[in-house]
Amino acid sequence: MLTESSLLFNTQISPSYWHARLCASAAFVREAAPGRFVMLRVNDTTDPLLRRPFAIFDADDDASGAPVFEILYRVVGKATTILSAKKEGDVLDVLGPLGKGFDLGAPAGEHLLVGGGVGLAPLYALAKKLRAASSTVLLFAGGRRRDDILCAEAFASLGVECHFATEDGSIGERALVTEPLTRYLESQGAKAAIYACGPEGMLRAVAQIAARRAIPCQVSLESRMACGVGVCLGCVVAGRRTAPQTPDFRCVCSEGPVFDANEIDWEGA
Amino acid sequence: MSTPDLSVDLAGLRLRNPVMTASGTFGYGAEFAEHMDLESIGAFVTKGLSLKPRAGNPPPRICETPAGMLNAIGLQNIGIDAFVARKLPFLRTVKTPCIANFFGETLEEYAEMAARLDAIPEVAALEVNISCPNVKKGGIVFGVDPASASGVVSACRAETKKPLIVKLSPNVTDIVVMARACADAGADALSLINTLLGLAVDLAKRRPMLANVTGGLSGPAVKPIALRMVWQVARAVEIPVVGIGGITSASDALEFILAGATAVQVGTANFVTPDAAQRVARDMESWLIDNGVDDVKSLIRGLRTEDR
Ligand SMILES: Cc1cc2nc3c(=O)[nH]c(=O)nc-3n(C[C@H](O)[C@H](O)[C@H](O)COP(=O)(O)OP(=O)(O)OC[C@H]3O[C@@H](n4cnc5c(N)ncnc54)[C@H](O)[C@@H]3O)c2cc1C
Ligand SMILES: Cc1cc2nc3c(=O)[nH]c(=O)nc-3n(C[C@H](O)[C@H](O)[C@H](O)COP(=O)(O)O)c2cc1C
Ligand code: FES
Repeated sequence: MLTESSLLFNTQISPSYWHARLCASAAFVREAAPGRFVMLRVNDTTDPLLRRPFAIFDADDDASGAPVFEILYRVVGKATTILSAKKEGDVLDVLGPLGKGFDLGAPAGEHLLVGGGVGLAPLYALAKKLRAASSTVLLFAGGRRRDDILCAEAFASLGVECHFATEDGSIGERALVTEPLTRYLESQGAKAAIYACGPEGMLRAVAQIAARRAIPCQVSLESRMACGVGVCLGCVVAGRRTAPQTPDFRCVCSEGPVFDANEIDWEGA
Repeated sequence: MSTPDLSVDLAGLRLRNPVMTASGTFGYGAEFAEHMDLESIGAFVTKGLSLKPRAGNPPPRICETPAGMLNAIGLQNIGIDAFVARKLPFLRTVKTPCIANFFGETLEEYAEMAARLDAIPEVAALEVNISCPNVKKGGIVFGVDPASASGVVSACRAETKKPLIVKLSPNVTDIVVMARACADAGADALSLINTLLGLAVDLAKRRPMLANVTGGLSGPAVKPIALRMVWQVARAVEIPVVGIGGITSASDALEFILAGATAVQVGTANFVTPDAAQRVARDMESWLIDNGVDDVKSLIRGLRTEDR
């Protein structure tokens, strides 16, 4: 779907991160499964030229019953700087929801969400969906510093048990997020499924932990995108090879962004 | 005034209007059916096809540059067999002509591809991409050497009676020399430009932005170069020219037509606005009405360069 959506709010929530809400249609909310994303166009000039991908943080009816969706973003460059200066009422060009979201068909048990920074955006949508079905959800959020642990209260108010780890110890324990995750898995016999979204190093480490214990693990990946709809073939990542000599590239926008961690060639990535 | 005539004849292929989509920016057509009306444009061109499927280059493959982008996709494609098996059923459902873009790594592969595509009724015309390295000649790109380009065109010509469009590489010293070589070898039309070789650097990492180091530049940034080349080529050859490079609006498209193009292709703009080509066609009609032009063909080669 291609729509013009007005901004309902666009708020700085910490030194590097913003949270925005936009108008949506009922069809958008219906199709916005956790893990799917939108391609936003932040201006109609030629620089920046291309749309930018953002995960859907939440898509629902607001208090008045109007369909809306939200994104969480970090200001890193041209487009996100322009986006952060937009005001309530400004109109953005939205393409989406796009891509393949999380597979919620994992067997009942504990759902372990692992992420950091803007990686928490699709995990929030996922937590909300899982909690609506009364599933047990734990969040392991990590990052460099306090700034990277976003929306902790929002997760907590869904009834998610939160564990935090930062490299500087400014919130939670001073560690990489894989430490509390590993500890938890060691102490727990229960059946679990992992869902991760965050920096590449974090995803690789989480995928290893899951593989070692044969725990189902889904990861939501990022890559540079041009079209977002599977035609430019610019966004690929290396998939696990079926034949050693033949690379097997997967389109992040149309085959992902959520993949089974076993499908990815973490060495090639 | 009555509605203007937008139709053009491209080497025997009748187009309802001069607006097409460019290879590699429109998939195999079906991908965009949800976003636009395929019957609103003149023709669409497939992703470049080869005999065997190609995996393409390792990522990162793209990066944005001012008013443009670099790509090093590496001609990833599903291969002609999968094209025939999976994409033809959709093509049967659209009336808009489909032009198959293709390439080879040897002269023989080019010829075989032309023969295979010639036999497919759903393919209305062939566009041969000569910006591909010749594996038998140390990887020198066919399209930068007049003799190699001429060889490819003659080899394909011998295999097909369908309109044969030759897509020129701009990475040459003199585009006119290449254009004449291809026209003399039997091309029915020329399309230009393919992407311009470029490089983008990540200063912080002191590394190229693309894994392939270099990539092809496209988008609005290349438009003045593309216009110049279309103008030069259209003055030098008799066969029709298709203008490509940085077209995002009807005025861009009309500028190419004035410079000598019979038709145009919209490329990178499809990524920004999935219905870009449809908008270009619609706005072209409005422009003709607003400017009292009743036939778009009257604008072809209409650039006034003498009486300033
Ligand atoms: C499926 C998907 C979902 C995403 N969801 C979110 C989200 O919810 N919130 C959010 O803030 N961001 C998200 N991103 C990343 C976001 O798209 C980029 O941060 C954004 O495109 C940067 O645009 P810019 O013009 O501000 O930066 P640019 O000026 O384009 O680049 C600035 C710097 O950031 C780097 N960069 C650009 N894009 C990416 C990228 N995709 N991944 C890593 N580094 C990049 C560049 O190499 C450069 O160093 C997502 C990306 C994908 C693919
Ligand atoms: C991602 C991408 C893939 C492309 N793939 C092909 C291709 O397979 N064959 C080809 O002849 N041209 C290919 N091109 C070139 C375009 O068809 C076009 O010539 C070029 O991008 C210039 O037009 P534009 O500025 O409107 O994009 C590709 C361009 C892009 C951006
Ligand atoms: S972004 Fe174009 S194919 Fe994924």
